[in-house]
Amino acid sequence: MPLPTPFHSRTSAVCDSYEWRNWSGYLSAGLYEPSHEREYYAIRNSAALIDVSPLYKYEVTGPDAARLVDRVITRDVTRQKIGQVYYTPWCDSAGKVIDDGTVSRLAADHFRITSADPNGRWFQDVGYGLNATVTNVSDDLAALALQGPRSRAILEEVVDGIDFGQLNYFHLAQGTVDGFPLTVTRTGYTGDLGYELWVRPEHAERLWDCLMERGSRHGILPAGILALDVARVEAGLVMIAVDYVSSHHAVIESQKSSPYEIGLGWAVAPGKGDFIGRRALLAEREKGSAWTFVGVQYDWRALERLYAEEDLPPGVAGRASRSAVPVYEQASGNRAQIGHITSHAFAPILKQYVGIGQLLTPHAPMGGRVDVEVTVEFKRKLCPATIVPTPFFDPPRKRG
Amino acid sequence: MNEHYDAIVIGAGHNGLVAAATLAAAGRRVLVLEGRDTLGGVAGTEEVWPGYRVDSGATDAALFQDEIVRKLDLARHGLKFETSPALLLAPQPDGRALTLWRDEARTVQEIARFSARDAERWPAFARQVARMAGLLRGMLLLAPPDLSALRGGDLMGWAPLALRLKRLGGDDMMELMRVLPMAARDYLDEWFESDALKGALGGSAVVGATLGPRGAGTNLGFFYQNLGGLLEQRFVAGGMGRLAEALAAAARERGATIRTGAAVARVLVEGDPEPAAVGVELAGGETIRAAVVLSNADPRRTLFDLVGPQHLEPETMRHVRNIIYRGSTARVNLALSGLPEFAGASDPAQLGGRIRVSPSLDTIERAYDAAKYGRYSERPYLEIVIPTLREPSLAPAGHHMLTITALYAPYALRDGDWDGQSAAFGETVLDVLEGVAPGVRATMLHCQVVTPLDLERRYGLTEGSIYHGQMGLDQMLVMRPIPGWSRYETPLRNLYLCGAGAHPGGGVTGAPGYNAARAVLSR
Repeated sequence: MPLPTPFHSRTSAVCDSYEWRNWSGYLSAGLYEPSHEREYYAIRNSAALIDVSPLYKYEVTGPDAARLVDRVITRDVTRQKIGQVYYTPWCDSAGKVIDDGTVSRLAADHFRITSADPNGRWFQDVGYGLNATVTNVSDDLAALALQGPRSRAILEEVVDGIDFGQLNYFHLAQGTVDGFPLTVTRTGYTGDLGYELWVRPEHAERLWDCLMERGSRHGILPAGILALDVARVEAGLVMIAVDYVSSHHAVIESQKSSPYEIGLGWAVAPGKGDFIGRRALLAEREKGSAWTFVGVQYDWRALERLYAEEDLPPGVAGRASRSAVPVYEQASGNRAQIGHITSHAFAPILKQYVGIGQLLTPHAPMGGRVDVEVTVEFKRKLCPATIVPTPFFDPPRKRG
Repeated sequence: MNEHYDAIVIGAGHNGLVAAATLAAAGRRVLVLEGRDTLGGVAGTEEVWPGYRVDSGATDAALFQDEIVRKLDLARHGLKFETSPALLLAPQPDGRALTLWRDEARTVQEIARFSARDAERWPAFARQVARMAGLLRGMLLLAPPDLSALRGGDLMGWAPLALRLKRLGGDDMMELMRVLPMAARDYLDEWFESDALKGALGGSAVVGATLGPRGAGTNLGFFYQNLGGLLEQRFVAGGMGRLAEALAAAARERGATIRTGAAVARVLVEGDPEPAAVGVELAGGETIRAAVVLSNADPRRTLFDLVGPQHLEPETMRHVRNIIYRGSTARVNLALSGLPEFAGASDPAQLGGRIRVSPSLDTIERAYDAAKYGRYSERPYLEIVIPTLREPSLAPAGHHMLTITALYAPYALRDGDWDGQSAAFGETVLDVLEGVAPGVRATMLHCQVVTPLDLERRYGLTEGSIYHGQMGLDQMLVMRPIPGWSRYETPLRNLYLCGAGAHPGGGVTGAPGYNAARAVLSR
């Protein structure tokens, strides 16, 4: 049975939907209201409060902490400033992605890493022989994401000791709320202006109450996983076990992906010193990746027609889909499958149907046209779509 | 010194020297670096008290490969083997003793004193062991195939073995497959009823291991020890150290340089993005470069202490970390003013081979029970040789040396440490000895106890494991030293393992050193 998070007394009191998800063994609200729409719009228009405590959290400390983290992740820790947060994947020795998460540099020899899967054993084994300690602090830290254009205004009222005007994108600061300490990182999974707040579990409820109370006049709403999922597809952010398979869980080789193949090539610094997977990634960079991460935008009118053929209105607005669908070469006689879309959703802010996935590299030029499978009334149909840049939605306030 | 060598061999154990001599014979410029002042490591002979010399570890060279003796012309370099008419003496608590002789008829007669049924079965047993050992012997000088990337060439050498296996016939082949993974006790129970006989044989199954004869796979240990023939033994004339000296002479004659007192602190690793071993750094800071480095040290010492786990992929590091070492073998050396009298052994010729104090398989198993829980045996199982019977020169005139191998003395003690318990363990061994050789204590001049911790400190044997890793089913053949690396190469390019941690394993075989050198030569 899933466990309650430190915020459970608060989230369960407002979870009218009773729709709970199991997120890494914790009870996590899928949505609070009968529909997730208002929660989604809170992310984009006001502020949404999301309980992200189920994330795995690790701290790496000790004289060799930086060496350990640098050997794990694909980004260059020697360039990471204290107070800076990295979003990064990490790989196995074949250069295939194990997981992705954030790495906060709290001090020169003190890091905090979040991940989707348990990674403690991996971090410890990568650091074997180094003078550093890996501690699983998952249960020692409660976490809330406050995401949306009003998030900064709310935090300015609630948090003491942090100048939010100075807190840049992917940086962190330490402050207090109601006298207890918290860490604020300017990070999130929505592609919007937003922050994540890290506190000891005993302060969790007080933090929630302060935010809800002061946030009410800013339109704050608790939001669940469903709203978050739509936002992260709009932001073009990949999700483990949906958009890629961890190399530690893959059953066959072809299920594994390199960072280059899931759109995280920008986070690979093969020029830095040795790290796990470096040799394979250097070789892949040299000869090119088999797969390319893409965003696609479906042709709306064509999609409407596919539904109209069955006398239906387009039944696509709603939840994001994590069911992968095949992608075919357009207008080819033999209908060659060239890849798959792994997450797709109607993007309310864009009024577009979009998806992210992987295509064979020769078939993935920007602006290229492909056919994506759509099932209407149990009938497989093809909807034309265009390869477009991600993020689909990228407001200046995210970094501003 | 800024010389450049083709190969550096770390450690002048017998395998390191075999590798060095083999490489030198092929025209390679070889440098052997030994941290200690003497050669041979745990296959050496050392003076422990003025005028008393003793084999530091191994006492028997029955498994040393004749092909190596021939190729390196070791006889010319002074290597001579000696055998004894008696293979094994097993003194019993009731005052009798079972002696197994090189002469089968004599052995059968002797066994009949304990069990007529067993005596009748002995010749058939000896034939089966010889048949199976003969087959298995062929694998000693073959590198195990790389199962993850099977190449035809890897298997070529194994073809004659497979053929012989096939020629064994269906029944024999099935029998081999059946008995190898068995517990030695179950195998011996199938043949014999006499506790004295089974106890005497069973000691072969647990050499160097922290396992009892009831442990699965210990029968493989039994066959491994008997690869040179059932209970076969062969002493090196002048002491085991003479083997190292002969090997060193053979290596030097072919141009190899051997430096003692030159401890290697680390293997030099260079290269981006593919790192490789490029030489070594000595404890004093001197660096010496070479095209390849062969390590006679055990796999963990080599890959963790000399290379460093940070140079290994985590998956490989885990395999190395998981190697079972778990040494439980202690050595007690005694200097005696006269030849001890063993109960039931009126003829000194009975003492010429091994003497095993293991009156039943259960006494060995019970001795092992303690080790399972981190304690040394209250009644250890002892294997004794008296080298001075053949080599009086090892001790002052009239004096004798007793070399006692005592099981079980687990490296990791639950309470206390070996520095504090070594003397008490020595007393325990003497108590058992006194039981079968009454009066021995009164003739004792010197006593030296060598615990697994001493073995680690003196010879660099991880956890005192005399075989550089326990030789269980899980750590043999393609799994030795770690899965995927059984062909002497290591995950670090240009670094090879040439010691007992590599196939086929421990004992004075010369095989790992010889095979490793050939792996280097076939690059």
